[in-house]
Amino acid sequence: MTSTGTIFQRELNAYFLSPIAYVVIAVFMVFSGYFFSVMLGLTQETTLRYSLAYTQFILSILTPVITMRLMAEENKTGTIEPLMTAPVTDFEVVFGKFLAAWALYNVMIAPTTFYIAFLAWVGNPDYGAIIASYIGLILMGGLFVSIGLLVSAVTKNQIVAAVIGIVALLILLVIGLASAGNEGWLYSTLKYIGTYDHWETFTKGIVDTRDVVYYVSFTALLLFIVVRIVESRRWR
Amino acid sequence: MIKVEHLAKRYADVYAVNDISFEVHQGEIVGLLGPNGAGKTTTMRILTCYMPATSGSANVAGYDVFRESINVRKQIGYLPENVPLYPEMRVREYLLFRAKLKKLPSRERKSKIDECIEKCSITEVQNQIIGTLSKGYRQRVGLADTLVHDPKILILDEPTIGLDPNQIRQVRQLIKELGAKHTILLSTHILPEVEMLCERVIIINKGKIVAMDTPTNLAIQLRAGNNLVLEVRGNGEKIKNALTNIKSVKKVVWQDKGEISNFTVEAEKGADVREDVFSNIVKNNGIIREMKQASITLEEIFHQITMREQEVTT
Repeated sequence: MTSTGTIFQRELNAYFLSPIAYVVIAVFMVFSGYFFSVMLGLTQETTLRYSLAYTQFILSILTPVITMRLMAEENKTGTIEPLMTAPVTDFEVVFGKFLAAWALYNVMIAPTTFYIAFLAWVGNPDYGAIIASYIGLILMGGLFVSIGLLVSAVTKNQIVAAVIGIVALLILLVIGLASAGNEGWLYSTLKYIGTYDHWETFTKGIVDTRDVVYYVSFTALLLFIVVRIVESRRWR
Repeated sequence: MIKVEHLAKRYADVYAVNDISFEVHQGEIVGLLGPNGAGKTTTMRILTCYMPATSGSANVAGYDVFRESINVRKQIGYLPENVPLYPEMRVREYLLFRAKLKKLPSRERKSKIDECIEKCSITEVQNQIIGTLSKGYRQRVGLADTLVHDPKILILDEPTIGLDPNQIRQVRQLIKELGAKHTILLSTHILPEVEMLCERVIIINKGKIVAMDTPTNLAIQLRAGNNLVLEVRGNGEKIKNALTNIKSVKKVVWQDKGEISNFTVEAEKGADVREDVFSNIVKNNGIIREMKQASITLEEIFHQITMREQEVTT
């Protein structure tokens, strides 16, 4: 596991040495700020619930931009070769990269905590619900990053990785939204697979084990698949 | 140090490497020589545990490349073809990253990195961003990386490709120096490089080993006989007859240019007839103006071997 730390450090540095981190953070702040102010004006409620619901779309678009380079770039430039011939396991590499992208995701959403201060200034927000929302936001980030990492691992092209990642995340969001309020096994299955439903519970201030399990197990499954994909060069 | 047995690698229906076996002993510099697409890189990728073989086995520094891959990787320094590096990192930062990955204890890192930087003469660029380096420097940064954990074995894939003649000389010099401490397996398709650096050559073509020996032995093996080229002043006819009568001489070609004659003397394989030739010419009152051994270059060997293969297969 020591190599995971080494990889994590390098990947995180790489983000801040390239414009990616700054661009993504800036774009996110523009949109989340816009949604926050608009929803606050509309609802007159001191809550982050509505504005964060919209941020999910932005995150679906920005997270694949964060993750697109993780494996695709190594595959393209060939740096995967010295990396994988160093005494590190495939899991250490994958997990280090995952943690780095997830860390950047958390850095990206961190400035939104300023809104809490603003809400506290203008009214009396429900801190429990806000904390739950952030737990949900962070868990959802892990899932989003692992999906982006998976897509990045199967291609050499970063643009392709980003586009497929965005489409996959939006689909995951939409199937949950579209199934809301419908009955039947198909809808309930889609609702369960989709991220929206699980996420909504958090914004209501409920940290339900089922939702935590959903995010954590889904993320773990995807990381497991990514390790297999990275390994697959050995038998392809 | 490296032991390869019946190694084969198949991509779909094509064998990139087909049943090759060879050994590299401790302290040797062995050259893997072959045209592009002969299977050099594939062989090296198997030895460095980047990909497994389809069949056969390979043992590096006493560990099996498939079952004990992590142990193998600790013992080798691998320079892939075209030296992929992270362009956004600084040289020193990159070497530190690699040293950590290769599990070099933290107290040794600084001194080891300093040593590698000095050895590879990249001191002046150590704080530069890799993306801005010239090809020659990149190559040497790659070499520094292979050395950073002081591996027993260096595996270098085309270490001088794409460099200018001066840089090639520097890199070769460096490899030669490294040969004193490390066992080296390098691949190339540049023949003088092999002649200069390697104690042994393995020539592979189309995934198979076609020849394996020292560069000089290869030359001897391949020649039908030793050819001597002579320029002699004197009676051509008489000298020709005398030369033909020497025991190990198979054939004498005489080119009469009046007072001066040119001879090509072909001796039997392995026989040294130079002294006999000299005394016979002197006995017949000839004056030797020139006598040289027509040495066959590795280039010719390479061409002959790879072409011969083609004739057999087609």
